[in-house]
Amino acid sequence: MNVPSEQTPPPVPPAGDPEHLEASASFDADVMAYIRRATQCGLYDIRGMGAKRRLPTFDDLVFLTASASRYPLEGYREQCTSRTVLGARFAKQPIELEIPVTIAGMSFGSLSASAKDALGRAASEMGTSTTTGDGGMTPEERRSSKTLVYQCLPSRYGFNPDDLRQADAIEIVIGQGAKPGGGGMLLGQKVSPRVAGMRTLPEGIDQRSACRHPDWTGPDDLAIKIEELREITDWEKPIYVKMGATRVFDDVKLAVKAGADVVVIDGMQGGTAATQQVYIEHTGIPTLAALPQAVEALEEMDMAQEVGLIISGGIRTGADVAKALALGADAVSIGQAALIALGCNNRCHHDGTDWIDVTDDYRQLGTGPGFCHHCHTGRCPVGITTQDELLEQRLLPEQAARWVCNYLQVLNMEVTTLARACGKSDVHHLEREDLAALTVEAAAMARVPLAGTSWIPGCDASDTGSGS
Amino acid sequence: MSDTVSFDLAQVSVRELNRYFHSELPGSEVTRISVQNPNGRHSIGVGLDCPVEVEIHGHAGYFIAGMNKQAKVTVHGNVGWSVGENMMSGEVRVNGHASESAGASAHGGLLAIDGDASSRCGISLKGGNLVVAGDVGHFSAFMAQAGTMVVCGNAGANLGDSLYEAVVYVGGAIDSLGADAREEPMEATDVEAVRGLLAEAGFEGDAGSFRRVASARSLYHWNAEAHQEY
Repeated sequence: MNVPSEQTPPPVPPAGDPEHLEASASFDADVMAYIRRATQCGLYDIRGMGAKRRLPTFDDLVFLTASASRYPLEGYREQCTSRTVLGARFAKQPIELEIPVTIAGMSFGSLSASAKDALGRAASEMGTSTTTGDGGMTPEERRSSKTLVYQCLPSRYGFNPDDLRQADAIEIVIGQGAKPGGGGMLLGQKVSPRVAGMRTLPEGIDQRSACRHPDWTGPDDLAIKIEELREITDWEKPIYVKMGATRVFDDVKLAVKAGADVVVIDGMQGGTAATQQVYIEHTGIPTLAALPQAVEALEEMDMAQEVGLIISGGIRTGADVAKALALGADAVSIGQAALIALGCNNRCHHDGTDWIDVTDDYRQLGTGPGFCHHCHTGRCPVGITTQDELLEQRLLPEQAARWVCNYLQVLNMEVTTLARACGKSDVHHLEREDLAALTVEAAAMARVPLAGTSWIPGCDASDTGSGS
Repeated sequence: MSDTVSFDLAQVSVRELNRYFHSELPGSEVTRISVQNPNGRHSIGVGLDCPVEVEIHGHAGYFIAGMNKQAKVTVHGNVGWSVGENMMSGEVRVNGHASESAGASAHGGLLAIDGDASSRCGISLKGGNLVVAGDVGHFSAFMAQAGTMVVCGNAGANLGDSLYEAVVYVGGAIDSLGADAREEPMEATDVEAVRGLLAEAGFEGDAGSFRRVASARSLYHWNAEAHQEY
């Protein structure tokens, strides 16, 4: 077609016109910053918290609550129980909780003693459990935690038979979602005299713990290790096996075969106080994808009713909890969310009277409130992930425990509200059939139909029992 | 009641034996326990917590005397993995050979092995004393944090990899040292320490002929320039 002679072509923008610059999708500003940082440091980035990248999550699922085809319960008047029992497979004394939300293992060392104390108080008041971490059990957390799970980690820092006997359950940690395959890490600035003493380490060293257990290796050995711990505790205490979410289907089967009472799967959104960023963002699978694999493994072994399943990694809301239960978890575990409830990333800390702005302290770390993942520095502006005596005083255990309590209460209210709307009088009656997915990815990972269809990507119609 | 009680593991289970150790033995007048026919069973005598002498007559399996406190346990035979693991105090003696990870994470007490010990002997040691009359396998004393290990025979490859403050003394040849481990001069206090531990274990040896291996402490802090060549 000829261009009319009176029309002129649009002007070509001059070179360098900001409105017409073309950014690289492969080498965007973040990637360039990563490369520049590497050129200056020569050392990989280490940080705290969990994966920051956008991932498929429980937000990609919705509940198909009751209507004409289902009968709801009254949201405020009719009872809906959230009582949760874990570890009844072999243990004489299973764990009985009032809510299906537990506090994940976080060490004294990574957290201040005040933070551990606050978590214990809150968990006890809400009738749930808290968990030790890589560094042993402190007297404060034992005192404040009605139900305390004692971790048996590769490092065995501070591990001893007296604390084992006074624990309520034992959790053998094979890995965690933030760094499956990697060992623990606590940089020198947090290895205080007390932390060093508990871990039998020189004060101030950069502690890198083992990634493998010292006294057993494969799953056959794990079975014997579990037997040893049962024998020491006279078969009273439930034994959990915690793993980072990678080859979940196989790993869950092996843990069950080895004799676990409870399997804990920690998805890639799970947090840490310090590890290499490349682990945090590039290892493991999302929690949403991990949970159905774990459930499938249990169901295939006909063990779903016998072995407890706890899922963790990026659980934030009551809706997350409810969806996890509907997909087959018996309980969830929260770490980062509990820290945020304590005040993590708050602009202010509260000294008991007033709110004190600590934005400058965040700035000194090179970050700001809402963006901080600098747990590894030990300079937590709100006194949670620190061993500094002055910073630690910024967290008042009694007050912080109240915040965590309120948060746990909201989670449980939301779970029971959703369960009632689905017609359930027990939160553990929520089921996969109550869910639909908003994205194809979530439908494939969670193995629930894409909303408005009966289509589950990757599943035959004969598998789902519904035509498409 | 006799001060000696016998258990025949051909007749009773390990569970029954350990239940007795934990619930009936403490506070009783029993001072000696004889265990017959262990036949390679695991977890015999785990979680002991009283000053009793336990004699196990025969070969035993994994985790024998695990997490021991106070008790003196003697195995007249060979043992499987992780004998005396996480021992806190007391004494565990093997009149035979030990398989892998002997004394793993032991915090205290004495583990004496009359024969050889396999790989990762003394791994993650946190304060106990470990004396081996024979040889030890590769990666022994891996990440050992505190305590002392005496090896009268030879040590396999990568001895003392990633050591912290534990010290290893070797009477024979060392196949190779692990990352951050180095040989240091034997001082008079080292000779005295070896002599004392040999005597405590009841083993013979010329304390002055041992070599001392300890941490070079170059891994205590991040070193980006190391290029995995420690």
